Amino acid sequence: METMLAPELLSFTNQFLKLFIFVLAGFIGFLLITKVPPLLHTPLMSATNAISAISIVGALVAAGSNRNTLTTVFGVVAVVCAMINVVGGFVITDRMLGMFGRKKETK
Amino acid sequence: MEPMVHAPSLFREGLTLVTYLAASVLFILGLKGLTKADDARRGMQYAAFGMLLAIVGTLIKEEIVQYHWIVLGLAIGTIIGWPLGTRVPMTAMPQRIAISHMFGALAATLVGVAEYYSHMRDSEPIARSMMAALGFEVLFGSLTVTGSLMAFGKLQEILPGRPITYPGQNAVNIAVFALTVGLFGYLIYDPSAQPVFYAMTALAFVIGVTLVLPIGGGDMPVVVSLLNSYAGLAASAMGFALDNPLLIIAGALDGASGFILSVIMSKAMNRSFGSVIFGAFGAPVESSGDAVTGEMKEISVEDAAMQLAYAGRVIVVPGYGLAVAQAQQAVRDLAHEVERRGGEVKYAIHPVAGRMPGHMNVLLAEANIPYEKLLDMEEINDEFKDTDVAVVIGANDVVNPAARTDKGSPIYGMPILNVDHAKTVIVMKRGKGKGFAGIENELFFNDKTRMLYGDAKGTLAKLVAEMKTL
Repeated sequence: METMLAPELLSFTNQFLKLFIFVLAGFIGFLLITKVPPLLHTPLMSATNAISAISIVGALVAAGSNRNTLTTVFGVVAVVCAMINVVGGFVITDRMLGMFGRKKETK
Repeated sequence: MEPMVHAPSLFREGLTLVTYLAASVLFILGLKGLTKADDARRGMQYAAFGMLLAIVGTLIKEEIVQYHWIVLGLAIGTIIGWPLGTRVPMTAMPQRIAISHMFGALAATLVGVAEYYSHMRDSEPIARSMMAALGFEVLFGSLTVTGSLMAFGKLQEILPGRPITYPGQNAVNIAVFALTVGLFGYLIYDPSAQPVFYAMTALAFVIGVTLVLPIGGGDMPVVVSLLNSYAGLAASAMGFALDNPLLIIAGALDGASGFILSVIMSKAMNRSFGSVIFGAFGAPVESSGDAVTGEMKEISVEDAAMQLAYAGRVIVVPGYGLAVAQAQQAVRDLAHEVERRGGEVKYAIHPVAGRMPGHMNVLLAEANIPYEKLLDMEEINDEFKDTDVAVVIGANDVVNPAARTDKGSPIYGMPILNVDHAKTVIVMKRGKGKGFAGIENELFFNDKTRMLYGDAKGTLAKLVAEMKTL
């Protein structure tokens, strides 16, 4: 085994930390989602879809960092796509959940 | 390091990270809300607020030097996203979700490709760990783009819903898949191999098509869930590539959710993942050993109205046909009429009824039916034997007794609703054709079953009108 220099070790640990975050977040997801009743599976899907539109964060940096033309163009298209899911996803989830929130005496 | 020079940037970076941390917590709270119907709406408002925080937190980053393109992108996205949120009818929810997976995955793919391109262009080397992350991002992203488009096409009925197959399909699919994995492996060995990167991306787009084409419409709940998972994993991989923990967390939550849903869906069909993906339904159904014999007995609207008018306990079994006919309001009217006459109406929801998980619940909730009356298969299956009339509306495979008895049937072993245990069964159906899976349904030939043909919405309206005259 070759020994690592300090910066390399740091980078190595950094990679592993990301894996920690991923695994633990996935675990939280597993614990929560197994408790979601089948009644709400469709809103769950549109909710997670809206949440995964968080890729807008990467898209914004690509669109605004003025790195090169292709990155800007791809970035802007990515911002459009992600923003569609941010807006559309949260709005439609809210619309659906509003229907489930109705009380019994709507008859 | 000269701390003084970097101080302002550190402050801004810190601020961004704080918004990301808050967003992560709010997303988790949002999902927690979904575990209870009454808390769900508030939970998602937390999550939406988290999203807003994350966007603002990103916009203050020092790397962002020009805003006009961003504003344009955000504006166009909002203009397209708003009607997709407010106007799309609940019946179209499966294709709506499928197309949104496409948008999410396309965003991830574009960012990944741009990142790779920029590094190559500026001759910045890419570490192997980053190449692995970028590779996963682009792979999951691009196969989800085309896969979701195919799913959308099938659900929107632009493409035929039946499995599209040809001889040697599995061999071709496996070869394409193996080649893509091989290219990915080579890229991790040599991240600077640009043609390999673009070839891999192109192949991943092809995989998305070949993955979904052979899958039948009835299996769409699994596919849509799986694509949900892949879109999340693409976002997570983006987080690995960009060193962004918020992306990793949100993507992992989405990935876990889609994965769990597809496992639940597969279980509800008693099928393994593999058989869905590699198309056990794919092969044309020549099995089903002995053909179902007998004849289907039709019933008139008048007689059906008579049965329902004097029924004490009624269970409605909705299926995809209900969505197609947009008959959810009409179902509620029928239920009200039965209830007005002192009967009791419940709804039996099979996990894979419809074209996505929970599809029927959303439709019936839209029609103002209280969700306490929507019962899962396990909750209601024992009640059929005490039920006077079971009304099957546009459902087929989820009530097919062949799943219990016929080992040759493609749906053998799938848990079904015990509709045949009810005293009488009324099946509302558009025509005499087979179900989405293309299988004959012996329930329709059962002695206590009566067929009521016609468009579900119109027929239900006639039924209600007829009941009112009795």
